[in-house]
Amino acid sequence: MQINKNSNGLLSIYFTAGYPTLNSTIEIAKTLEQSGVDFLEIGFPYSDPVADGPTIQHSSEVALKNGMTLKVLFDQLKDLRKHVKIPVYLMGYFNPVLQFGVENFCKACREVGVNGTIIPDLPIYEYEELYKPIFEENKISNIFLVTPQTSEERIRKIDSLTTNFIYLLSSNATTGKHLEVKNQSEDYFNRIKQMNLTNPFIIGFGISNKETFEKATAYANGAIVGTAFVKILAQNNPLRLIPDFIGDLKK
Amino acid sequence: MSKYQVNDKGYYGPFGGAYIPEMLYPNVEELQNRYLQIMEEPSFKEEFEQLLTDYVGRPSPLYHAQRLSKKYNARIFLKREDLNHTGAHKINNTIGQILLAERLGKKRIIAETGAGQHGVATATVCALKGLECVVYMGEIDIQRQAPNVARMKMMGATVVAAQSGSKTLKDATNEALRDWINNPVDTHYIIGSVVGPHPYPDLVARFQSIISKETKIQLLSKTGKSTPDVVMACVGGGSNAAGMFYHFLDDEDVKLIAVEAAGHGVHSGESAATTLLGKEGVLHGSRSILMQTTDGQVVEPYSISAGLDYPGIGPQHAWLFKSGRGKYVSATDDEAMQAGLELTKLEGIIPAIESSHALAYLQKMNFSGDETVVVCLSGRGDKDLDNYMKYFNL
Repeated sequence: MQINKNSNGLLSIYFTAGYPTLNSTIEIAKTLEQSGVDFLEIGFPYSDPVADGPTIQHSSEVALKNGMTLKVLFDQLKDLRKHVKIPVYLMGYFNPVLQFGVENFCKACREVGVNGTIIPDLPIYEYEELYKPIFEENKISNIFLVTPQTSEERIRKIDSLTTNFIYLLSSNATTGKHLEVKNQSEDYFNRIKQMNLTNPFIIGFGISNKETFEKATAYANGAIVGTAFVKILAQNNPLRLIPDFIGDLKK
Repeated sequence: MSKYQVNDKGYYGPFGGAYIPEMLYPNVEELQNRYLQIMEEPSFKEEFEQLLTDYVGRPSPLYHAQRLSKKYNARIFLKREDLNHTGAHKINNTIGQILLAERLGKKRIIAETGAGQHGVATATVCALKGLECVVYMGEIDIQRQAPNVARMKMMGATVVAAQSGSKTLKDATNEALRDWINNPVDTHYIIGSVVGPHPYPDLVARFQSIISKETKIQLLSKTGKSTPDVVMACVGGGSNAAGMFYHFLDDEDVKLIAVEAAGHGVHSGESAATTLLGKEGVLHGSRSILMQTTDGQVVEPYSISAGLDYPGIGPQHAWLFKSGRGKYVSATDDEAMQAGLELTKLEGIIPAIESSHALAYLQKMNFSGDETVVVCLSGRGDKDLDNYMKYFNL
């Protein structure tokens, strides 16, 4: 599966690696693919996740207590491509990547077959100045975020740096706030659509159910569900709940 | 341009920058683009200086501590930031930032606080200007620092408990950043130290630089020379030290001594000696030196002094440390408490436990008798009476 400008109604799911249990990562990924999810974002936990609301903060805390680290995650993902065919992105904060070594990180991503990364606190300037060649050598797409406050000039810049898709935030918010598609956000989504960007865009943050998923995908090539799915993982025996949760979203 | 000051990209050597999610970019960019220009406006300068004089009570005295001098065999001066309104140097920064926030058209102020000193200083300037104020404070710190919580409430601030992570200063900072993400238009975040994304480390250092600016003038009139041999200050995030060092950075003959909190001992596992224990990393928007695990998870620091138990230091300090311009040392809880009691007995001044860390290093300096030394007495000890009482069974 390729995410491109003609993609329509793609569903991506975010979940935190190492949550609810240390070794649940691959099982969850497999079940999501079998349930019809189009691509995955696997979060690697950090002690200070400033862009996240309480649900994902909690999952990160539990994952860290369970012993999740980048090293453990890459070990778990060693046979990723035997089990999972859909695109997989790693999402997390910059400091663990810096300690792992940016080059080691990109190489490890490439070796296990990860398609790209989303590192919200690695800004464009630092990416370009310090790290872009390392990502490119390893063919790892680094995905940038756009918010309703991002200027047109900056969106164009992001579009030019992007090799995969642009991650459009539904609102200026931390994760887990409910999306309310008001006139304001419709204007914003339309504004982006009319910019005729080179890259496809996917809407994330605040997508929690069929209604918000449909609203988002009316404008974007796809949408990402994070917090609402992490809440499913908090329940008993979550794997059995996944097919229905995904089915309800895509019905 | 001094090689120890921030460059036009927001870096001090390899440290600094603005490692922030896109959601914070417009607010931070606005500050980056406008802070210097606003600080240069005559009306800003005039109001800032007037408030520092009439409201804060500046200039703060430079006091020649004679009995302390005799004990340590040097001519020791104390820069009396403890005499400022609200009891510490923190107010220099909050006055500056509230004037900046007004000129940026912001209606709502947020801040983080550990022990509550910066929270009180922020609530104070918000009362002064009639602006809404929300202070994030770790749930555990709220319990430990009830008088400061009461002060903030009396001044009309809302104190919100940070319940994530370790429920202390680091998490209060995370909560403040999350608030700023969710309120991207009308809110200004008054960071309390020389940390955070560019331009905060520079912005806060500039507002605190009044400390060394006055010191130079006062030294000249007291000693005939505007530079001392040694300048000493405690470092948590590092704002009083940044202000105390600021106008001496390019006088390479002036020794800069920064004293971190070693808690129960540097290698006890309960310490906040960041430069000794930390590694290069990114936290709260800047690249600096950080106490962390090998996996890059931030480690919770410890010090008896709530103002020093921060797991990082400002990027300028990281650069002064790495370049060798500053000497970064540490003092334990016990050394600081003894130094605090000693100053009280010798000079009749009860220092904040933070400032006591700077004083505690005097005994390790082995002065030869003719050095001129300035110690930044960053805050007064009223807030620490409970700690002093427990520690010395008073």
